Amino acid sequence: MLPDSPVLMHVGLWAMTVLVLASAVFVVWLRNLFRAALSLGLVLVGVAGLFVLLEAEFLAFVQILVYVGAILTLVVFAIMLTAKVHGPTARLLPRQQLPAAVCAVALFILLALVTWSWPWPSATQAAVALPALGRELITTLVLPFEVISLVFVAAMVGAIAVAFSEAKPRSSSDQSAMP
Amino acid sequence: MMPIKHLLLVSCALFSLGIFGILTRRHAIAILLSIELILNAASLNFVIFSRLMSHPHAQAFALFIIALAACEAAVGLAIVIGLYRTAKTVFADQINLLKG
Repeated sequence: MLPDSPVLMHVGLWAMTVLVLASAVFVVWLRNLFRAALSLGLVLVGVAGLFVLLEAEFLAFVQILVYVGAILTLVVFAIMLTAKVHGPTARLLPRQQLPAAVCAVALFILLALVTWSWPWPSATQAAVALPALGRELITTLVLPFEVISLVFVAAMVGAIAVAFSEAKPRSSSDQSAMP
Repeated sequence: MMPIKHLLLVSCALFSLGIFGILTRRHAIAILLSIELILNAASLNFVIFSRLMSHPHAQAFALFIIALAACEAAVGLAIVIGLYRTAKTVFADQINLLKG
């Protein structure tokens, strides 16, 4: 499934790294929100590629299916429902750019120093097999799995309730304010 | 052989970019996009360590992160749409009332 030659692997790794980081910069930098959302799609595809290179093919599949297929579609719909992409308010400048950049760079340097100085062992063992992951999900991790399902249902019901509950409170408050 | 440090640096950079986005963006949906960047950095870290330790639990938790990100996106975008309907704005620094 994976390319055996290390040259091909390194080329893929560098390509995915460049794709992920450049698109992530676009996500936080572009003023046009629609383009930022599409760059987020590129970041997600790049992270899925890194998953494939890390021999986690199932997670790459889930990432494409859930993130790019569902979440990104949701985000694009929300942008179209709310934002005036070409309006004057879309041109508002970002705030506190310099302090935020200093904070982010300092955080990156701190994290990079910690991870770089740690003596990580090299990955010599075999990758995780998909049957092992599935077996863990229905034996040891069955409680977190069920909790995630419950959280998911609650979040979906809550999202629908929040997004579509405008009619009643609005009309009652209008009626009370009218006389 | 995997360049583990290289991938960990990618994850750190993704996390820092997400923090930068949260601090500078004013649009609520853009802040949600930055949160997605941070969640991706976390799940990338989980997958790197699952490859390093050869342990299936790490991949399972990356799966849970993806599911929680879907919940977060759905609830967050519903809140943004409700906010747009009541407050007529989607800019996080113009929303200063708890009352509708």
